[in-house]
Amino acid sequence: MIHLKNVHKRFRRPEGGWFDAVRDTTLHIKAGEIFGLIGFSGAGKSTLLRLINLLERPDHGSVNVDGRDLTGLSAAELRRARQNIGMVFQQFNLMANRTVAANIAFPLEIAGWSRADIDQRVAECLDIVGLADRAGHYPSQLSGGQKQRVGIARALAPRPHVILADEPTSALDPKTTQSILDCLQDINARFGVTVVIVTHEMHVIRSICHRAALLDAGEVVELLQVTDKQVAARSALAKSLLEVA
Amino acid sequence: MDEQLTLAQALANLSDLAPEIWQASVETGLMLAIGLSVAIVVGGPLGILLYLTQPGQLFANRAVNGVVGWFVNLVRSFPFIILMVSLVPLTRLLVGSTIGPIAAAVPLSFAAIPYFARLVEQTLREIPRGVIEAAEAMGASPAQIIWKVLLGEARAGLISSLTILTISFLSYSAVAGVVGGGGIGDLAIRYGYYRFQTEVMVAMVLLLVVIVQIIQFAGNHLAARLDKR
Ligand SMILES: Nc1ncnc2c1ncn2[C@@H]1O[C@H](COP(=O)(O)OP(=O)(O)O)[C@@H](O)[C@H]1O
Ligand SMILES: [Mg+2]
Repeated sequence: MIHLKNVHKRFRRPEGGWFDAVRDTTLHIKAGEIFGLIGFSGAGKSTLLRLINLLERPDHGSVNVDGRDLTGLSAAELRRARQNIGMVFQQFNLMANRTVAANIAFPLEIAGWSRADIDQRVAECLDIVGLADRAGHYPSQLSGGQKQRVGIARALAPRPHVILADEPTSALDPKTTQSILDCLQDINARFGVTVVIVTHEMHVIRSICHRAALLDAGEVVELLQVTDKQVAARSALAKSLLEVA
Repeated sequence: MDEQLTLAQALANLSDLAPEIWQASVETGLMLAIGLSVAIVVGGPLGILLYLTQPGQLFANRAVNGVVGWFVNLVRSFPFIILMVSLVPLTRLLVGSTIGPIAAAVPLSFAAIPYFARLVEQTLREIPRGVIEAAEAMGASPAQIIWKVLLGEARAGLISSLTILTISFLSYSAVAGVVGGGGIGDLAIRYGYYRFQTEVMVAMVLLLVVIVQIIQFAGNHLAARLDKR
């Protein structure tokens, strides 16, 4: 489903020189999987996630999603490919001047859907995330958890095969966190959407992931398998993250 | 004679001048309408360009940003009266004359373009980068990002910017008026200053005060209604 082959990303340091945020990394994520990217802050998780929809372009290596090599696409083709890859953000990134319904409609407007199709799909997505009664509200009138549900509905609206989530619960309290994780799991189970989720908490991995990659200094240092909400860890780093949780 | 002027006489004088006051108001309105339209049509896109070519933005481009920014600063650093005089040849070329509200609208428009461009750029900067990034991630084209995200999210701030521009240019238009453009400022100077009819000066200033208050009130009201943050 998602194949990252030897992807490498370096950033120019403000003070000069280069910094390798993702180092020559290879990763295969299966269709229908909930896959976690875990590691400490600065490990390169977000950069690796953003390589999947090419928000960051790799310096070398290839990014293949749903059988297409994204690095070779034209700008217009890449935009169309991105409509198949939803994204959910820690800070929600909703449009403040659009209602909940209009936020969810946004990716569909972009994809050129008809008004009638948009209205029907927005209503469906509002139902899926349990916000049918908030359609006409503005984001400023919602709680953090509700905002993230809108973010998830928006990502889900164009019926993508993949959803990328960058610390979707890190701005939320523990109870809300669980409900958002349940929401993502529900979407994965009902629609078979492949979910890639970035987190620094082992709890998130145990709670909904099937597998996860442990990142350190821009490299995958261990692949974690989750069975019955238990993570088998070999490396010291993975064990230390398990202790925190 | 001035000291003997009664209120009744002052009002009578003003009412005699009513047609001229009306004419002056129309001229001021015309100067503003042209100046603001040009500001929106040319200065608006220039402001968007200025924003989008900044480092880290969609079309980050040091050279373009530098040149546009330099031009904007250059025009803005001219005192308006000097800009007017330096643009006389251009005005003559475009309008065929250098007097009248249409001619005065040329330097007004020229000054309004960089002024509004800067205001637009500042307003757009308030949009969180993440919101634009979310649109990119959804596959929005640059045009869709500009129309739907930037203008949609900044709409209240843009109305406030336009309010500031209108009020500043009401005062610029008075300067332009004195140098042959006509309008409310010109009327105030001609009667109030050169003919010592203080009541005309006072009335014109009051008229401007009322217009400014109305513009500010309308601008604030509209901006507040559009702002859902
Ligand atoms: N646009 C960028 N420019 C420069 N450095 C960056 C940029 N994005 C990320 N980095 C650096 O790359 C490293 C990894 O960042 P990130 O992928 O955000 O880590 P994580 O999500 O695991 O906390 C960090 O040291 C960060 O400072
Ligand atoms: Mg991160």
